Amino acid sequence: MIDAPNVGLISLFLASILTSNVLLANFLGTCSFISISKDFKSSMGLGIAVTLVIGITAAVCWVVLHYVIEPLGIEYLSFIIFIIVIAGVVQMLEMIIDRFSPALYMALGIFLPLITVNCAVLGVILFMQIRKYNFPQAVVFGFGSGAGWWLAIMLLASIRKKLDANNAVPAGLKGTGITLITIGFMAMAFVGFSGMIAVQ
Amino acid sequence: MNPILVGPLAVAGISTVLALIIAVLDKLLNNYGEVEISINGGEKKLKVKGGMPLLHTLAAENIFVPSACGGRGTCGACKCKVITDVGPHLPTEMPFMSQREIEGHIHLACQVKVRKNLEIELPRELFSIKKYKCHVEKIHNLTHDIKEVRFALDEGEIDFVSGQYVQLVVPPYGEIKESVQRAYSMSSVPSDTKHVELLIRLVPGGIATTYVHKFLKEGDAVELVGPFGEFRVHDTPAAMICVAGGSGMAPFKSIFYSLHETGAFPEKEIWYFFGARTSKDMFYLDALRELEATWPRFHFVAALSEPSPEEHWQGEAGLITEVLDRYLQTKVPKDTRGWEGYLCGSPGMINACINVMKKNGIAEDRIYYDKFA
Repeated sequence: MIDAPNVGLISLFLASILTSNVLLANFLGTCSFISISKDFKSSMGLGIAVTLVIGITAAVCWVVLHYVIEPLGIEYLSFIIFIIVIAGVVQMLEMIIDRFSPALYMALGIFLPLITVNCAVLGVILFMQIRKYNFPQAVVFGFGSGAGWWLAIMLLASIRKKLDANNAVPAGLKGTGITLITIGFMAMAFVGFSGMIAVQ
Repeated sequence: MNPILVGPLAVAGISTVLALIIAVLDKLLNNYGEVEISINGGEKKLKVKGGMPLLHTLAAENIFVPSACGGRGTCGACKCKVITDVGPHLPTEMPFMSQREIEGHIHLACQVKVRKNLEIELPRELFSIKKYKCHVEKIHNLTHDIKEVRFALDEGEIDFVSGQYVQLVVPPYGEIKESVQRAYSMSSVPSDTKHVELLIRLVPGGIATTYVHKFLKEGDAVELVGPFGEFRVHDTPAAMICVAGGSGMAPFKSIFYSLHETGAFPEKEIWYFFGARTSKDMFYLDALRELEATWPRFHFVAALSEPSPEEHWQGEAGLITEVLDRYLQTKVPKDTRGWEGYLCGSPGMINACINVMKKNGIAEDRIYYDKFA
């Protein structure tokens, strides 16, 4: 079972934020990325929520993968099982946050349950499965990917704020149009990081 | 083990474990102990168990904030003022809130969770809203699709204003697995505090009306919640122009007989336009004509839109909106006291009548109606 790739935890963490950013290198979780990034505060809330959920579900799914799915030989069901686990974990997380930090609960608001259907979460877990990470690697990769997603949405929210303030965007490109072009530029900028650390 | 079974069993097992953990967490975390809800500056204090939405917590204490959707956050009816800071408005509340309501700490009671001691404000009328246990005393067929159902209260008395409505609690029956509540205007007079009478028209496929028409029998026990609603006679000298169709007769029956009985608002002239399709759909005709003959300020106009020749129909013919228009232009006296509109019926009829009334000079804010879709 331990044929995990030989990657240090710190480089894995940095790599999942920069060189293989789940959003800008893999284009996962783009729908909420585009719709929420118009508002700085909401982006913050969603970023925190995504980081928490990806980190925690990566850990839980690793356990389920290695102690239930692989021993039973039901890899063909892993997608369904991962989705069920994500939904359950999000539900629990919502209750725990609601109880212990009402302020954070209010800040996250509707975003927490929405993340259940965010493809970035499932995407990260499937990468974890394909790349055969061990447990510490899975956790670090989960939180790193979440942080990468968070960083990307904060960057985009700032850029959109500047764009809106300047009012220099042609009418036909306003909104989603210019946002998609911006994401393209951001992705190209992030390509500049590739080669620094290799984790694939 | 059979490989076909392993997969489904594993998925079922994982789901069960997750569900169990969630249930246990819910039990542990949703326990907020006993909290106190103080209503209208301490006028009423309730000791309740925390963890439930405010709407349901209050209902458990027999305070019924009106709600058409039953607490799903889709109707926006259960607005109330929460003075204690319960955090910003939820996204589920925002579509129902105006800027002024947000600043005034108005929340949807179904979306506020009771976590700590709360201070709230409720309209005083809500305290008189109760759940009444009663039984069916009499069911009378008024037309082929409208029944007059008279309920006798098993205990207590109901205190309401003519024009208000109650919600009938329909228990699960046949294919219907969940209890539902539907609103019906009361047609009985307020002085009869021991009874409630409703007029219920069969709506094809309707859960509550099918129950009443096909299942409800005399002697059956049912529950009513109420009274609700702002539809009532307004205290002005203006003449009442009332228009109804079908079971929209109910609030007006209560209003007219109550006015006749108490002699309230003696200055008000009353014009009542009632429309039906054929004489098969017409009811209470003799009683209302008799009332008209003995009560000088009451004028009754019945209209059939499709009278057949063999019926020998003695009243007006045509759509109720056409008859109303004709009367407002030629027959109803115009004097300085002005007119007020009162409407009850289908949304289509109400909208059409509002247009006719506006055309004839009744201001929109003096046209009153309860729209039951």
